[in-house]
Amino acid sequence: MSTLARASVEELAAGLAALPPLPEAEILRAPETGLVMVRGRAGGDGDAFNLGEMTVTRCALRLGPHIGHAYVAGRDHSKARLAAVIDAALQDAALHDAIMRAVVEPIAARQQSTREAEARKAAATRVDFFTMATMR
Amino acid sequence: MYVAVKGGEKAISAAHAWLDETRRGDTTLPELSVAQIEQQMALAVDRVMAEGSCHDRFLAALAIKQAKGDLIEAAFLLRAYRTTLPRFGASAPLETSSMRLRRRISATYKELPGGQVLGPTFDYTHRLLDFALAAEGRDAPATPEAPADTSDVPRVTEFLAREGLMQRESMAETEPGDLTREPLSFPAPRPVRLQNLARGDEGFLLALGYSTQRGYGNSHPFVGEIRVGHIGVEITPPELGFAIDIGDIGITECQMVNQFKGSRTEPAQFTRGYGLVFGHGERRAMSMALVDRGLRARELGEDADAPAQQEEFVLYHSDNIEATGFVEHLKLPHYVDFQSELENLRTIRRAAEAELREAAE
Repeated sequence: MSTLARASVEELAAGLAALPPLPEAEILRAPETGLVMVRGRAGGDGDAFNLGEMTVTRCALRLGPHIGHAYVAGRDHSKARLAAVIDAALQDAALHDAIMRAVVEPIAARQQSTREAEARKAAATRVDFFTMATMR
Repeated sequence: MYVAVKGGEKAISAAHAWLDETRRGDTTLPELSVAQIEQQMALAVDRVMAEGSCHDRFLAALAIKQAKGDLIEAAFLLRAYRTTLPRFGASAPLETSSMRLRRRISATYKELPGGQVLGPTFDYTHRLLDFALAAEGRDAPATPEAPADTSDVPRVTEFLAREGLMQRESMAETEPGDLTREPLSFPAPRPVRLQNLARGDEGFLLALGYSTQRGYGNSHPFVGEIRVGHIGVEITPPELGFAIDIGDIGITECQMVNQFKGSRTEPAQFTRGYGLVFGHGERRAMSMALVDRGLRARELGEDADAPAQQEEFVLYHSDNIEATGFVEHLKLPHYVDFQSELENLRTIRRAAEAELREAAE
């Protein structure tokens, strides 16, 4: 779910389009945007406090016998619906591996490489005091 | 007091039409898109999300466009919008030790686990206007990269706490008060104060934080740590019954390390001032941490006579949306009020003049 929540709607749609069509989903809760109160901790590790809200969109639907849920940051209704479809389809043992391969894994790999690239940029700005000492 | 006045509809609608025209500016220039604001005015977006107390980059960018760049007006628009949405619940408290760091610096230790990572900072720039930016179509040079270690970076405050030199924070695990649901009451518990400061006006927090450094409630602060980066938000929807990750938000955290002389029950040790804000906002997080420590004066048994230590004063005046509402309401018609003041003044003057005449006669 964390991979789907961070995916773009285009990625989800493209991933699904590469698969044989899924049965029509029955909407249990139409995509709805609301707020989640984000909490922090005083001093980083103390009492919880309310930092502020963020927008979140949720959706629930039935795909055959399986119920798919999605809660995704932002206000994109189509993304929440696609994420719920994929969540439901992943519960189907016959579909699980194909969906992981066609949809989830490529997206996860792309997210991982974005994260790694950012971590490498951060690492390049690490101050190396040791190097300064040996240059003298 | 002001009274409802009728009329002026035509003037108002013409004023708003002109507002729209001035927002667009010179039509021979391309119109600014919301996506451009979101990407290229990123720190303005961050400030509006923090003061609007709602993390949504697109909405904040749209609000900035609508407000013609007036960031307080934009935060006001965002606060107004959030009232139209239902609340799905609260997240698990963010564990900032596991955030993905873009920047992490400490002013208390030169070398520390995780190192000093500068990230994309204005620090060490020369603050000279860069006219090269005026020439459009220039690509930014490629950012250097280096092999990265992405393990969690421990907190500076934790090193000190393990040695017994840093006061441990209270871990009550009670439901924190929520300013969006209940009005402020005093004395305000620290979680409520932190919520208030997290969405407070940056200029107000900066000035108050600065005042504590200049001696108005001096707390001898050091920047233990500043962290800037992204973190996943987890919620536990009741229908699922387990925690799910709903996506990332950007945050900035500041741990201020402050002296504490000790009390009858506690030895001399360091205490924390804490700042946590949406987006990349170091000045804001640092100011929040200074003011948080100032407001802890009473609970730490210190004198509380400086402005930044007086919680009613600070918490009632930190919110720029409330403040702008009350200040700007003075523009609304106060005709009846003013007429009565005018009549009052004339009566006083007539009485005084009559007295003078009598004295002269």
